[in-house]
Amino acid sequence: MSVYLLKRVALLVPLLLGITLITFTVIHLAPGEPVEMQMAMNPKVGKDARDRLTKFYGLDKPLHEQYFNWVTNLAQLNLGRSFSSDNRPVLDKIKERLPVTISLNIIALLLEFGLAIPIGVLAATRRDTLFDKGITVFVFIGFAVPTFWLALLLMYFFGVRLGWLPISGLHTLGSDSWGTVRYLADMAKHLIMPVMVASFGSLAGLSRYMRSAMLNVIGQDYIVTARAKGLSERVVIWKHGLRNALLPLITLLGFSIPGLIGGSVIFETIYAIPGMGQLFYQGVMSRDYPVVMGILVIGAFLTLTGNLIADVCYGFADPRIRHGEG
Amino acid sequence: MARFSQSYTISVFWPRLKRNQLAIAGGTVVLILFIVSLCAPLLSPYSPSEINAYSVLSPPTWHHWFGTDELGRDVLTRLLYGSRVSLKVGFVAVGIAVSIGTVVGLVSGYYGGVVDSILMRLVDIMLCFPAFFLILAIITFLEPSIWYIMMVIGLTGWMGVARLVRAETLSIREMDYVLAARCIGCSNHRIIFRHIFPNAVSPVLVSATLGVAGAILTESALSFLGIGVQPPTPSWGNILASGKDYIEFAWWLSLFPGLAILVTVLSYNLLGEGIRDALDPRIKR
Repeated sequence: MSVYLLKRVALLVPLLLGITLITFTVIHLAPGEPVEMQMAMNPKVGKDARDRLTKFYGLDKPLHEQYFNWVTNLAQLNLGRSFSSDNRPVLDKIKERLPVTISLNIIALLLEFGLAIPIGVLAATRRDTLFDKGITVFVFIGFAVPTFWLALLLMYFFGVRLGWLPISGLHTLGSDSWGTVRYLADMAKHLIMPVMVASFGSLAGLSRYMRSAMLNVIGQDYIVTARAKGLSERVVIWKHGLRNALLPLITLLGFSIPGLIGGSVIFETIYAIPGMGQLFYQGVMSRDYPVVMGILVIGAFLTLTGNLIADVCYGFADPRIRHGEG
Repeated sequence: MARFSQSYTISVFWPRLKRNQLAIAGGTVVLILFIVSLCAPLLSPYSPSEINAYSVLSPPTWHHWFGTDELGRDVLTRLLYGSRVSLKVGFVAVGIAVSIGTVVGLVSGYYGGVVDSILMRLVDIMLCFPAFFLILAIITFLEPSIWYIMMVIGLTGWMGVARLVRAETLSIREMDYVLAARCIGCSNHRIIFRHIFPNAVSPVLVSATLGVAGAILTESALSFLGIGVQPPTPSWGNILASGKDYIEFAWWLSLFPGLAILVTVLSYNLLGEGIRDALDPRIKR
């Protein structure tokens, strides 16, 4: 196991280098220099100031040197400073946003798995019944609904029409002075719609996946054995069956990370949630190079870590898999 | 080869697809959408860009079935014209993604070795990026135009196809007819494109159909965020974006474009799944 882990971590190095190379290329191949982008807003800036800024950002150096400097800084966790007026270090900006996005996604993931597992199992055990067909319809619609549209509809119904839920932000203004319980309840209320939107799309896919995994397991010999020795159907399905059907979900969890992070742009923008997705959108709109590059690299890095963790967990969960031997 | 696949299409694939009612329904909607987007000017008496100050934000009426927007333009007409953008983006983006993915997969699977490792690591790296982040980042630094959107969606979406084609190529490479082709002195180029490609292409059909749906969704999300197709050109996404601003008093501006996206994406997905089932010899009905 430890040998396998070492190998996997060693393999991360070229992948990480590749990620930085692609990020750098993407940003620098695009027409227009970052300085131009800043200057374009302000016609009064003379050539002098332009040159000074170019020098300040190191943009007068050859590309490979720029890349080398950027990666060296990156290795020291220095992502540079934001181009926006506050000029703060990008890392600080990301640090205060990341927990919001991650906790929101974890809540959404828990909700997804909590719903998708029973839905998938029930659909598999009641194959071809009305329930199963209903789930199939739901799954196809879930795949096709644009999340931003769903967000708008929820906003209209629960926020505007019924007035039950707040439509933006994480807190009500002035909630800082409330007691802990009321403060948390207020936050929970703000989170209901974003979490629903974040989990809806993947819920469909996950239920479908769970259904086919369970169908696959039900056909196995050990299920026949479990039934033959007189175990109740409940134990057969929920204990013997479910445990085996859950295994592939671990890998799926790893794969779903980029989608979750990417999707955060949409609902964080719509619901005005101060997370990484919103920061990225703002960075993109104001052409804030360091912020965009920083988030791209960190997003890719999170995905990489997620996949690694999922693979390792899979090894722990399934004793049939022996990493690093043979 | 061509004769074989033709008879296969007629005798196996088509009857199997035809039995799948959902896939046929999806295919029909896809076909109708094509006709609608081609005939948009014939179907509506209104222009998609003509501003009418007398009927601003009118709810659905007999004259304006889906209501009008903040500039008095007919929403249904704008949706009809918007379908052109969606279809164009869907097909061109997927065309780019499938072409790149197929070539990478074929080369990677056929040559193996170092070429294979390098290309597959590239795929791994590309898959690490949250796709929507990558697309947003690239598009921002370009002029907003429909062509760039298609290119960027295509350039960030070829990895799945590459893996699929590589896997197919790996098994086809060992077939006797490939050996035979090599024996009679065919060039690598000819073996790849004349012998392996036609046999590896059918699974690509499925991911291409599903890919069109994905590209349409991505384009509408980009236009919704204001980075995609720019007004006054109507696109389902940017109609929804203005719907967002008027959501408190004009629900029709948000409801109908979303439904259009939903139905279109749903149809492509149903068709794609149907093709997959029809191609899969393990599924017997």
